[in-house]
Amino acid sequence: MKGSLLSGKKAGTFLLNNMVPIMFIVIGGIGIVFSGFSGTAIMNEMMTRLSRNSFLVISLLIPIMAGMGLNFGMTLGAMAGQIGLIFITEWGIVGIPGMVLAAIISTPISILLGWWCGKILNLAKGREMVTSYIIGFFVNGIYQLVVLFMMGSVIPIKSEILLPRGYGIRNTVNLIGIRKCLDNLIPLKIAGVSIPLATFLLIALLCVFILWFKKTKLGQDMRAVGQDMEVAREAGIKVEETRIISIIISTVLAGYGMIIYLQNMGTLNTYNSHNQIGMFSAAALLVGGASVDKANIRNVFLGVILFHLMFYVAPYAGKNLIGEAQLGEYFRVFVSYGVITLALVMYEMRKKRESKEKGEMLAEAQKEAK
Amino acid sequence: MKKEIAQSSVKEKIKGFIDSFGWPRLIIAGFLLLLFLVAPLGGISILTSISDVLMRFGMNSIMVLAMVPMIHSGCGLNFGLPLGIISGLLGGTLSMQFGFTGGVSFLVAILITIFFGTLFGWAYGVLLNKVKGGEMMIATYVGYAAVSFMCIMWLLLPYSNPQMVWGYKGTGLRTTISTEGYYLHILSDFLKIKIGNLEIPTGALLFFAFFAFLMWAFLHTKTGTAMTAVGSNPTFAKASGINVDRTRTLSVIMSTVLGGIGILAYQQAFGFIQLYMGPFYMALPAVSAILIGGASVNKASIPNVIIGTLLFQGIVTMTPSVMNSLIHTDMSEVIRIIASNGMILYALTRKSEAK
Repeated sequence: MKGSLLSGKKAGTFLLNNMVPIMFIVIGGIGIVFSGFSGTAIMNEMMTRLSRNSFLVISLLIPIMAGMGLNFGMTLGAMAGQIGLIFITEWGIVGIPGMVLAAIISTPISILLGWWCGKILNLAKGREMVTSYIIGFFVNGIYQLVVLFMMGSVIPIKSEILLPRGYGIRNTVNLIGIRKCLDNLIPLKIAGVSIPLATFLLIALLCVFILWFKKTKLGQDMRAVGQDMEVAREAGIKVEETRIISIIISTVLAGYGMIIYLQNMGTLNTYNSHNQIGMFSAAALLVGGASVDKANIRNVFLGVILFHLMFYVAPYAGKNLIGEAQLGEYFRVFVSYGVITLALVMYEMRKKRESKEKGEMLAEAQKEAK
Repeated sequence: MKKEIAQSSVKEKIKGFIDSFGWPRLIIAGFLLLLFLVAPLGGISILTSISDVLMRFGMNSIMVLAMVPMIHSGCGLNFGLPLGIISGLLGGTLSMQFGFTGGVSFLVAILITIFFGTLFGWAYGVLLNKVKGGEMMIATYVGYAAVSFMCIMWLLLPYSNPQMVWGYKGTGLRTTISTEGYYLHILSDFLKIKIGNLEIPTGALLFFAFFAFLMWAFLHTKTGTAMTAVGSNPTFAKASGINVDRTRTLSVIMSTVLGGIGILAYQQAFGFIQLYMGPFYMALPAVSAILIGGASVNKASIPNVIIGTLLFQGIVTMTPSVMNSLIHTDMSEVIRIIASNGMILYALTRKSEAK
């Protein structure tokens, strides 16, 4: 009797802790039924989206470990990656060498931006997320200044990616030279589902890196800083430096992630591609059951699958269900923002409850000591 | 000897002034002054520019004013302003749907806005009380979620006024709806003064003055001072018997309602109601305007609102025209993005004085 009650309670907490993923499984299931897609079509799309987005989402993990929340400043890395891609398109370097070169170009830019972003976030402890969010907007302004006004006038660029007026990059840059070059490097097709094996290998490599990194001295330090900054400082950890490094790593990875993302898309929307990346990646991670202070690789893959399943089927389901595709599109945008809101609220409430419990325990202990 | 002391005290005063005013603010004010000085070189009429700034002041000032109550009660910058804007959109569209025209439609719109603003603001306030310390990030996403939810609603709600719904389907609201025949220029044309190129939208300015006065008076009532106390020291406020949560909720309701009324004042001058993703990024200009005016994350006053809106709208109006006429490129958008977000960053990284 007691056992069943206990397991009932356990099931309850399991449901509560995994509310978001469960909700998405339900929404996705309904969506699949009403969208009318075949299993193969959905599998194909999920494979593409998994290979396209996972790298970007993984780049969010390390700042979470360091207790800095969701790094909305990952758009900085995305912009650095895009600058790399603009240059290789200008120089006409194609295929894998082009991608590698773009990554090499993006790295110093990412490091510089990440270092600056980390510096700013150290000045805004306790409100890192909103600050990193505004940093994204701010650097977007600088990015536009560079790409729209300085490229072609100050930075030498000559090819047809320039606007007719002679400076500034066009709204869309065709990345035909590197389009799907990584995805199709090792072609594999199982039961009608094509699997971009090389991309997945790269993602697997990154996962191994993340797991290894957690065990290093630096990784342990980051966790300590994430737990309690003051305690970490007393233990001799350089708190500020550690936080800056976590943001730099995240920014650099986001830059690589963006290059992988865009080689799959095949076109670069010069002034839009990076804008939504932070939001989509954060939403995917949260859908996978992560919270603002706890996330792992399992959350990434589960999240990308569930979130993008909803994203893919919603417009079609909306069209078949109510006769309006637009409705499904608005619905998926609403769900993305809604899920981030929900996860943030749940995190803050839990934090408040925990600090209250901690205070009560302290009071108890003091009473006993007397 | 005496002279030296006097000199150093003057120096100190200047330094104190700069410190309290803040470098970014000084740079922005200087930049605006420069724009006004070079404008005649590009053949731009100063008077027309001033008229533009005044018109935009009338359009945006109430949304900036909406920031004040929440800053006072310690809820921080209201990035969730789109929620208030939505209550204003509901007010405007419902008033038109019910068939009111002219001045009456504006009054009815305000009344409906107050109703929805109170409702939404209350729920939003209760939510923010549960997440003390993390308000700003959550406010941002509450705003976004509300805007995207209303996108669905604008399509589904049974509006039927032919001037508002899509012509070929007969359902679903259009993305932009003209306010012509309803409350177009209802405030701007009221007692309008026109001297040559200078136009002063007296009605819109008076409308703002009315709400600014109400806010000023409110902050001097007992509830108003309690609100400031909650913001500067919640523990002390609680000890002196103030209901912290209720005061915070009240401030959120005020902010939301003002946001709604603010968008109505915006629409009457602009001439269109912008639905769907229209309100999405509207919080950021209001937030940076009040910060440019000298407010911080936990301190704001009516003069901050007035100075901030004038400076911000001044830059928004002047940069495109001056840049275009002088160097034939339109960098104004980029400058606006960098200046306004830079200002928000500056404010977020200041140490809050009372904590």
